[in-house]
Amino acid sequence: MNPPIRGSLLLPLLGLALALAFCLALALGPVSLSLADSLRALLRLAGLPLAGEGLEQAELIVGQLRLPRALLGLAVGAVLGLAGVAMQGLFRNPLADPGLIGVSSGAALGAALAIVGASQLGGLPGWLAPWLLSVCAFAGGLAVTALVYRLGRREGQTRVATMLLAGIALSALAGAAIGLFSYLADDATLRSLTFWNLGSLNGASYARLWPLLPVCLGVALWLPRRATALNALLLGESEARHLGFEVERLKRELVLCVALGVGAAVAAAGMIGFVGLVVPHLVRLLTGPDHRRLLPAAALAGATLLLLADLAARLLLAPAELPIGTLTALLGAPFFLYLLRRERL
Amino acid sequence: MLRAEQLAVQRGACRVLEGIDLELRPGELLGVLGPNGAGKSSLLGALCGELSPAAGQVLLDGRSLAAWPGRERARRLAVLPQSSTLSFPFAVEEVVAMGRLPHATGLRHDTEVVAAALAAADVAHLAGRNYLALSGGERQRVQLARVLAQLWPGAAGQVLLLDEPTAMLDPSHQHAILQAVCQLTAHGVAVLAVLHDLNLAARYCDRLLLLGAARAAALGTPEAVLRAAPLKAVFGLEVLVQRHPERGHPLIIVR
Repeated sequence: MNPPIRGSLLLPLLGLALALAFCLALALGPVSLSLADSLRALLRLAGLPLAGEGLEQAELIVGQLRLPRALLGLAVGAVLGLAGVAMQGLFRNPLADPGLIGVSSGAALGAALAIVGASQLGGLPGWLAPWLLSVCAFAGGLAVTALVYRLGRREGQTRVATMLLAGIALSALAGAAIGLFSYLADDATLRSLTFWNLGSLNGASYARLWPLLPVCLGVALWLPRRATALNALLLGESEARHLGFEVERLKRELVLCVALGVGAAVAAAGMIGFVGLVVPHLVRLLTGPDHRRLLPAAALAGATLLLLADLAARLLLAPAELPIGTLTALLGAPFFLYLLRRERL
Repeated sequence: MLRAEQLAVQRGACRVLEGIDLELRPGELLGVLGPNGAGKSSLLGALCGELSPAAGQVLLDGRSLAAWPGRERARRLAVLPQSSTLSFPFAVEEVVAMGRLPHATGLRHDTEVVAAALAAADVAHLAGRNYLALSGGERQRVQLARVLAQLWPGAAGQVLLLDEPTAMLDPSHQHAILQAVCQLTAHGVAVLAVLHDLNLAARYCDRLLLLGAARAAALGTPEAVLRAAPLKAVFGLEVLVQRHPERGHPLIIVR
C-alpha cells in the first residue's frame, strides 16, 4: 500500500501547516493583528530594531501573551502526538492511547492532591500554587507509570498485556481517589479541579514553558532514533528480538519517553484528550505505518492540531474561552468513531 | 553452527523437553516431527533463545546464544514463528525489507535482496499490496520472504529455524516454500523446520528428528526414521512405508 502523499513531500507540507497555524495563533485574538504585524513583532522580540505604528503594542501582546501560549500549544501537541505513536507501537495496537500506562490518571491524581491540599492548608501564596500543581501532576504521572511498569514485569520481562491491565486498574484507583477529593472539596476548589481536568493553555507563561521544552525536545529527538526498532516491534516482540533489537530496553525507553513527555504536557496544560490517539491515526493514513515517517509527521501534525484547537477554543465563544480538552474530545471522538467504522485500523 | 547439548526445557512444573543433543550441519534441512505437545515448539524456542534451558545449553558457533550481540546474531540466525500478529498496514515489500534491518548493506543491495526473497517465496506479485489485506497463507509466505531476506543469499554458518512453515499453505505452495528453503541450504545455510506432513518431510529433509513425549525418539535419515515401528510408537499410527516410485524416498501410507 503506498501512502497517498510521498514522504519527501509530506513533511515539508506539514511543516508549512504548522508554521501557518503558529502565525495564526500569534495574530488572532481579542486584538487581531495582521500576519505581517505579528511577524514583525516576533522579529522585534528576537532583537531586530524594527519600528512602526502600533508595533510596540503588538510586541507586548505577542511577547507576553500569545507567543508563550503558542509555544506551549506546539510543545504539548507535538509531545502528545509522539507519545501516541510510541504507545501504539509498544502495545502493537492502533487503539492504544498514552493514558493506558496510567500517566494521565496519575497526573490528574497529583494535581487533585495539590489543588485540594492547597485549599485545605488555607491557600498558598499565588506564585507557589501553579508551580506546586505542575510538580505534583508530573510526579503523580511518573509514579503511577513506574508502578504500572513494575507490575508488568515478571521474570525479567515486561509483559505489555499485564501492563495494560495494571494501567486500567491503577487508573480506576486514581479515579476513585480523585472522586473522593472532589467530594471533600469546597465549591471553589471543585471548580479549579474540574477546569484542570478539562485542560487549557490559558495559564501559559514562560515559567510554565521552560520545564516542558527540554522534555519535549528530548522526546522528539530520542523517539525517531528508535523508528526502525519500533517498526520491527510491530512484527512482534520475539520477531524484533530475532532481528537483533534489544526489546526489553526498547520497551523501557518507550515507557520512559511517554511518561516524561505526557507527564510534562499534562503538568503544563492539564488533561487534553484524544490528541495522542487520533493524531497518529490521522498521520498513518497519510504516511503509512513506517515510524521513520510517522514519528516526525505525528509531531508536526499534533502541534498543528493543538494550535488550531486552541485558536478555536479562544475564538468560538470570545471573549469567553472554551476548555481545549473538551474541544479536542468533541472533534476527536466522532473522528475516532468514523475511523472505527471505516475499519482501517 | 547451532548445537544443543543435553537440552531440557521446563514450562511451569512440567519438563516439556529432556536430554536433547542436536547439531545442525551446514547445508542440511533437518525436519522435526512429532505429535502435538511433544515439545517441537519448545525445542525451537530454546534453540533461538526465546526459552531459557532448564538444563544443558545452546551454542551458536561455540558461543552461548545469550552471549551474542543482538545484531550480529540476527545476521546468522533467523526465525519464522508459527503465526504473526502484525496488525498495521505495511506494504508487503516493507515487511520483507524488515529482514534487512540487522544488516547495513545499503538501500540498493537491500532492494535487490528483497526482490529476490519475494520471488523465492512466490509473493513477488503481491508487492505493493497491503499486508493486512492478504490471506493467511499469503501472509505466511510474506513472513517467510522476510526471514529469507534476513539471510539472503545464504552462507555456511547461518541458521534458519522454521516453526510449521507449511501449516497454512495449499499443497503446491507447501512444496514451493520448501524448495525456496532449499535455495538457502544450497548456499550452506542449516535449516531446521517443524513439519507435520510426513511425506513432505520425507521428500525434502536430509535428516529427521522424531520427538515423542519430550524426548528424541529417533534422529537420522528419513529412511532410518520413517519406519513403521517408531511411527507407531510416537504417533500411535499404523502405517505402511513404501518407496516413492519415482524419487525413491520413503512414502508413508496410513493403514
